[in-house]
Amino acid sequence: MDRFRMIFQYFQSNSESVMNGICGLLALASVKMYTSFDFSCPCLPQYNMAYGLGIMFVPPIILFLCGLILNRQSLVMLEEWRRPQGRRKKDLAVIRYMCSSIMQRAMVAPVVWIVVTLLDGKCLICAFSGSMDPEKFVGFANVSTARVQQLLAKVPCKDDELLRNNTSRKAVSRYLHCWSQALGWSILLILIIAAFLARWLRPCFNQATLLQARHWSNYIDIEQKIFEETCCEHSRLFAHKCILHFFESMRQEIKLHSFTLPGEGEGTEGEEDFLWGITDQDQVNKLLKTWYYEKPPLDVS
Amino acid sequence: MDKFRMIFQFFQSNQESFMNGICGIMALASTQMYSAFDFNCPCLPHYNLAYGLGILLVPPFILFLLGFVLNNNISMLAEEWRRPQGQRGKDPAVLRYMFCSMAQRAMIAPAVWVSVTLLDGKCITCAFSTSVPVETLGNASRPHLSQGEIQQVLARIPCRDIYNRQQLIANEVAVRYLRCISQALGWCFVLLMTTLAFLVRSLRPCFSQAAFLKSRYWSHYIDIERKLFDETCAEHARSFAKVCIQQFFEGMSTDLVAARCHLPRKAPADAGEAAEKLLGITDQGTMNMALKSWHRCKPALHLHPPALPTGNGWAGEGQPPMHPSAPRRETAAYYSWV
Repeated sequence: MDRFRMIFQYFQSNSESVMNGICGLLALASVKMYTSFDFSCPCLPQYNMAYGLGIMFVPPIILFLCGLILNRQSLVMLEEWRRPQGRRKKDLAVIRYMCSSIMQRAMVAPVVWIVVTLLDGKCLICAFSGSMDPEKFVGFANVSTARVQQLLAKVPCKDDELLRNNTSRKAVSRYLHCWSQALGWSILLILIIAAFLARWLRPCFNQATLLQARHWSNYIDIEQKIFEETCCEHSRLFAHKCILHFFESMRQEIKLHSFTLPGEGEGTEGEEDFLWGITDQDQVNKLLKTWYYEKPPLDVS
Repeated sequence: MDKFRMIFQFFQSNQESFMNGICGIMALASTQMYSAFDFNCPCLPHYNLAYGLGILLVPPFILFLLGFVLNNNISMLAEEWRRPQGQRGKDPAVLRYMFCSMAQRAMIAPAVWVSVTLLDGKCITCAFSTSVPVETLGNASRPHLSQGEIQQVLARIPCRDIYNRQQLIANEVAVRYLRCISQALGWCFVLLMTTLAFLVRSLRPCFSQAAFLKSRYWSHYIDIERKLFDETCAEHARSFAKVCIQQFFEGMSTDLVAARCHLPRKAPADAGEAAEKLLGITDQGTMNMALKSWHRCKPALHLHPPALPTGNGWAGEGQPPMHPSAPRRETAAYYSWV
């Protein structure tokens, strides 16, 4: 009984801590992905914006979907949502609770990517260097329109021969970098304040409903785990019985064909059980061949 | 019984986590392989495309096959697919489930290789350097060259340290352009794969949950049944071997007694167990003969009740066994020398 209780508690806490662990791992993976990714802005007028914004927004979508895929509870929630009603009513509050907790966890890694991208600055510099107002910067002020677009597009590439050691290029770069970091820190601040408020103010609203929803969502999770375990246990016993029946039927057949009287009982218990009356190379070969060619029916009644 | 159950559960859950582990290791191995691989673009007009696309597509194919080879369940699937129907019907849904779960796991390492290759950019830069739009990106003051010469010059773009700078197009511009396209393709590929995986995983409970539960149960069942059968056969083989060897020693000692024509010495009562274990072989010569006989003519794979001396004719050396099958006896008594 004690062992059962320990296992239950392990499952209970394990589900949440596993999900938090996966969430944290994904966040770390997103930082690692960003640092190992070799950002190279194309520095061409039409391509910069697409590339910069693409790098800023496509990986977060991928990370969000990964967060949903790797979370086991999302499957549990979907099954609960789509199951036929049967004899058990469906509680929408539970499904909503599960959905919101899954979404919250899945959003962590994308937000980490976006914040890291903004704080680093390369993406924004690449995307918006072409949208700068050339009049503000001395080096670009008196250049023809077509040419200025080209030059502005080359701002993110430090080593480009046209703009190497150009102070206006550095000015534009710094300006965009500053905006990018300001945006990054602001987003981080807003999100943390929102998370803080949500956590603090939650007990003021509907605490009882929340407790119920949390209890029943844990229940559904555990029930499914135990069902899978019981199925495994059952299939093991089923297989055991099936094989016993098979060996027994082989023994009957051999007895029938070899016309020997059944042996006396004494002293035969120990080995006889494992030998099943199969004491010959041919008999063993026949058993193995029958196992392959005619597997026994799935019926152990 | 409890211990059995715990071990089985561990094995059951372990099989899945074992498979996932192999999957993850192969994905890491493919990243490592890519970084250890020394990419050398040939920088010749027609070879570039073949080399670049070859490096992009051939290793994933190898990794995919390797994913199947390393998966233990492939033999189980093949066996279930090819077995004759016999008394047990075959369910194609179970076979499909087993194949799908194996294929999904095997697809991960190739997808990782393709993503890493595209995000790194070297392959696409090598393969498509001859397709760079020189009109839009090239230098304003480029020399007029024939088409073949343009192709040759463009093919050399990936090898900047070998060939001198050419006047057709700035090297950095071309490389950045190709890299940007390669990375865009890479991210789109990863997005596509992730979306597919998400759809496959989330649409299943909406459509075929009952059939899925059935297929999963029976595929686990087939796996467990195979393991249990192997275990039962192993137990049988052990008992078979034990009895066979005991009968061999008894046969030996009976033959020696018959050959030397003296009555077996009566062992003292209090040394009963030790004497039994010696199986009548009590001196060096006899033991050597027993060992030689074991090597020269192993006994037939046929157990027979050892109640009476059988006179198998194994006394002495070099005599072949004469009996094709043991005479039938009425009693079957097996000694158990544990």
